[in-house]
Amino acid sequence: MAYVPIADQDHALHDPQSFITKYIWSQDHKVIAIQYGTIAILVGLLALVLSGLMRLQLGYPDSFSFIAPSNYYQFITMHGMIMVIYLLTALFLGGFGNYLIPLQIGARDMVFPYLNMLSVWVYLLSVIILMASFFVPGGPTGAGWTLYPPQAISRGTPGADLGIIFMLVSLAVFIIAFTMGGLNYVTTVLQARTKGMTMMRMPLSVWGIFVATILGLFAFPALFVSAVMMTFDKLLGTSFFMPAMVSMGQPLGHSGGSPVLFQHLFWFFGHPEVYIVALPAFGLVSDILSTHARKNIFGYRMMVWAIIAIGGLSFIVWAHHMYVSGMNPYFGFFFAFTTLIIAIPTAIKVYNWVLTLWHGNIRLTVPMLFAIGFIFTFIHGGLTGLFLGNVTVDLPLSDTYFVVAHFHMVMGVSPILVLFAAIYHWFPKITGKMFNVALGKIHFWLTFIGAFAIYLPMHYLGFLGVPRRYYAMGNTEFMPDSAMALNAHITQVAIFVGIVQLIFIVNILWSLFKGKPAGSNPWGATSLEWQTPDTPPKHGNWGPQLPVVYRWAYEYSFPGAKDDFIPQNMPPEDVAMLDGAGKYKGHSE
Amino acid sequence: MTDLSIENTGGRLNSIVVDWSDEKQAFHVPWGKVMMWIFLISDTFIFSCFLIGYMNVRKSTTEPWPYPSEVFALELFGNPVPLILIAIMTFILITSSGTMALAVRYSHFRDKQKIALFMVLTALFGATFVGMQAFEWSKLIAEGVRPWTNPFGAAQFGSSFFMITGFHGLHVSVGVIYLATVALKVLKGDYDRKNNYEIVEIAGLYWHFVDLVWVFIFAFFYLW
Repeated sequence: MAYVPIADQDHALHDPQSFITKYIWSQDHKVIAIQYGTIAILVGLLALVLSGLMRLQLGYPDSFSFIAPSNYYQFITMHGMIMVIYLLTALFLGGFGNYLIPLQIGARDMVFPYLNMLSVWVYLLSVIILMASFFVPGGPTGAGWTLYPPQAISRGTPGADLGIIFMLVSLAVFIIAFTMGGLNYVTTVLQARTKGMTMMRMPLSVWGIFVATILGLFAFPALFVSAVMMTFDKLLGTSFFMPAMVSMGQPLGHSGGSPVLFQHLFWFFGHPEVYIVALPAFGLVSDILSTHARKNIFGYRMMVWAIIAIGGLSFIVWAHHMYVSGMNPYFGFFFAFTTLIIAIPTAIKVYNWVLTLWHGNIRLTVPMLFAIGFIFTFIHGGLTGLFLGNVTVDLPLSDTYFVVAHFHMVMGVSPILVLFAAIYHWFPKITGKMFNVALGKIHFWLTFIGAFAIYLPMHYLGFLGVPRRYYAMGNTEFMPDSAMALNAHITQVAIFVGIVQLIFIVNILWSLFKGKPAGSNPWGATSLEWQTPDTPPKHGNWGPQLPVVYRWAYEYSFPGAKDDFIPQNMPPEDVAMLDGAGKYKGHSE
Repeated sequence: MTDLSIENTGGRLNSIVVDWSDEKQAFHVPWGKVMMWIFLISDTFIFSCFLIGYMNVRKSTTEPWPYPSEVFALELFGNPVPLILIAIMTFILITSSGTMALAVRYSHFRDKQKIALFMVLTALFGATFVGMQAFEWSKLIAEGVRPWTNPFGAAQFGSSFFMITGFHGLHVSVGVIYLATVALKVLKGDYDRKNNYEIVEIAGLYWHFVDLVWVFIFAFFYLW
C-alpha cells in the first residue's frame, strides 16, 4: 500500500488565516502548548493561594475565623489534586510536551493536530468542572487528595454530597483529555522524526516526556476506573469500595465492598504519576544542565536506559504507599524491595548530572541556577524517600510531617524548580524576548532558600510525631512549644515564598511586552528547536525544508571546533574548525 | 539504510535495537495504526482494572455470589437453557470479526463495494449484539436486578454486571458508528483521493479488540 514516512511527506502547509483559527481553535502544537501552560499556571496559582490559607491555619490556629475545619480539609484536597494533576501533569506533558516534541525531533506538528486541539479544550473543561465544585452546595470535596473511601463519600466529610462527584467527573474528563494528547505525543515521537533523527539522538527532554506519557497512558486507566466505581458508589448506591457501615447512628445501605481495592487502584495510578511528573523534569533538566555547562551530558545512553528502567519499575512499587493499610506483610517486603531498587537508576541520573557539571564551563544563568537548585532539592527528597521506602521506618513516620516534607521536596519543589528552569530556558524561543535576568535571579534565590526554610523544619516536626492533615494540634504532651513556634515560622516563610512568585509572574508578563529581542539561539544550544528559521517558530516550524540531523544533541565544546556548540543539523563539512585541528569527525553516533 | 543511520555493529539483538530506533520512524506503518495500537493497550488497562475490581469485590463481598448459569438462563420450549443468549451473542460478535477481516482483505484490492458491504455487515452484527445486550439488561431489570441490589445474592453482582457490560457495550456502539462512518466514506471514494485505505485496517484493529475483550468478559463473568 502506498505509504511514505512522515519525514518524507511534502504536504502543502495551510496557514491558519483568521485570529480564531490561529490563536483559539488552533491546531498548531505551539499554540496548544501555550494554552495548556496558561491554564495550568493559572489554576496552579489558585492552589498556591490554597496552600497559603492552610499554612495560616496551621501556623496560627484559632486566629482565622474564616477557616473552618471543613474549609481546611477542602483547601488540602484541592491544593494537592490541582498541583499534582492539573498543574504538574498538564504543564509538563501538555505544555512542554506539546511545545518541545515536534520542535526537538524535527516535525512540523503532532501527527494528529485535531485530536491535540480537542485535548486542550477537554482539559479546560475538566478544569472548569473542578472550579465549579467550589460553588456547589457543600463546597469542594475535603477527602484529602487521595480521596480514600469510605470517608470520601460518607456524610461528615466536607463536600461528600456534590463536591466529590464534581471531583471524580473532573478527573475522568481530565484523563480523556490526557489520553487524546498522550496518544499524539507517543506516536509523534515514534513515527514523525526527521531524517537522521534516530531515537538515540533525541534530546533527553523528548525521552523523558515520551516515557512519562507512556506511563500516563497505562496508569491513568486505574484512576479512571476507580473514579467510575466511586461515582457509582455515591450516585447509584453500589458497594465497590463501601463495606457495611454505620454512620451517625444510621446503617448505610452498603455492604461487602473493599476500601483497600480503591487504594490499590489509586496507587497503581498514583505511583507512576510521581514519575509522570518526574521523568519530564529529569529530561528537561538534563538538557538545561548540559547547555549551560557547555558540556555534553554525561552518559547519554545510561540516562536513556535509566529513564526506561524507572518507568518500568514505577509500575511495581505502588503499595509502598499502603504499608499501614493492613495489607499482607509479605507484600510490604516485596514493595520495599522494588522501591529501593528504583533508587539505583535514579541515583545514576543524579551522578550523571553532577558529572556533567564537573569541569564544565558553567554559566550561572537563571535557568542554570534553577537546574542546579533542582539537584539539591532532588537529592534531599530522594534520600528521605529511602527512609520511607523501608516498612519498619515508614510505620512510625506514616501520616506525619516527615511524609509531607519528603513528598513536597521530591515532587513539589523539585519539579517546580525544573518548571521554572524550563520556562526561563525556553522563554526566549517561545516569545522571542529575553526575560529580566536580575528579577530571575532574585526569584531563584528567594525560592530556593525559602524551600529549604519551609521543608527542613518539617522533617524535624515529623520526627517529633506531629501528624499531618490535622486542623489544629491542640495541647498535647509530645509536641513542645518549640514545635508550635516552628510551625508558625514555616507559615511565615511559606507566605513569603508564595508572594515571591509574583516576581516570576511580573517578569514573564513584563518581558512578554517590554523584553529585549533574544535572537534565535541566545544560549548557544545544539538541539533543533533553537535552529528554526523564525523565532518564535512559525506554523509548520521549519519553512520549506525539514532539518536533517547529523549528530546527537550534546555536541558542546567539541575539541578543535571554533564554536563551543555544533547544532544537530549542521552538516559535518560546515563545521568550522580551529587552525591545525584537522577536519571535523564528530561522534560515531 | 542511509549514511545517516546508525551502523549495526553487533549481533541479532543489536540489529533489533538499531532497526527500532532508526531515523524517521520506529514502525514501518502509517502513524494512525501505531496510534490505534497504543490506544488499545491503554484501553486494555481500563478493562483489566474493571475486571480485577470485579474479581476483588466478588471475593470481598459477604453474601454468596449468584450462579451465572441460572441467572443468565433463558426459558426455551419450557426448559431453562443456561447461557444460551450469551452464547448466541458471543457467536455473533466473533462472526463479526470474520466479516471485518474480509473487509480488510478487500481493502487491499480497493474493492469499494465489497469493503463497504462487509463493514456494514460487521456494523449490523455489532448492532445486533448491542440489541441483545439491551434485551438481557431489560430482562434482568425486570427480574429485579439493580446496580445496588439483586434477588439472587451479592449486590456486587449487579453492580459489576451493569458496569462492565455497559462499558463494553459502549465500546461496541462507538465501533458501530465508527465502522458505518468509514464504510460511508469508502463508498464516497474519500480514500481513493487520499490513495490510502489504511483506515479500514485501523478500524478493524479496534473492532477485533472489542471482540477480544468480550471473550475475557465472557470467561471471567459468565463462565466463572
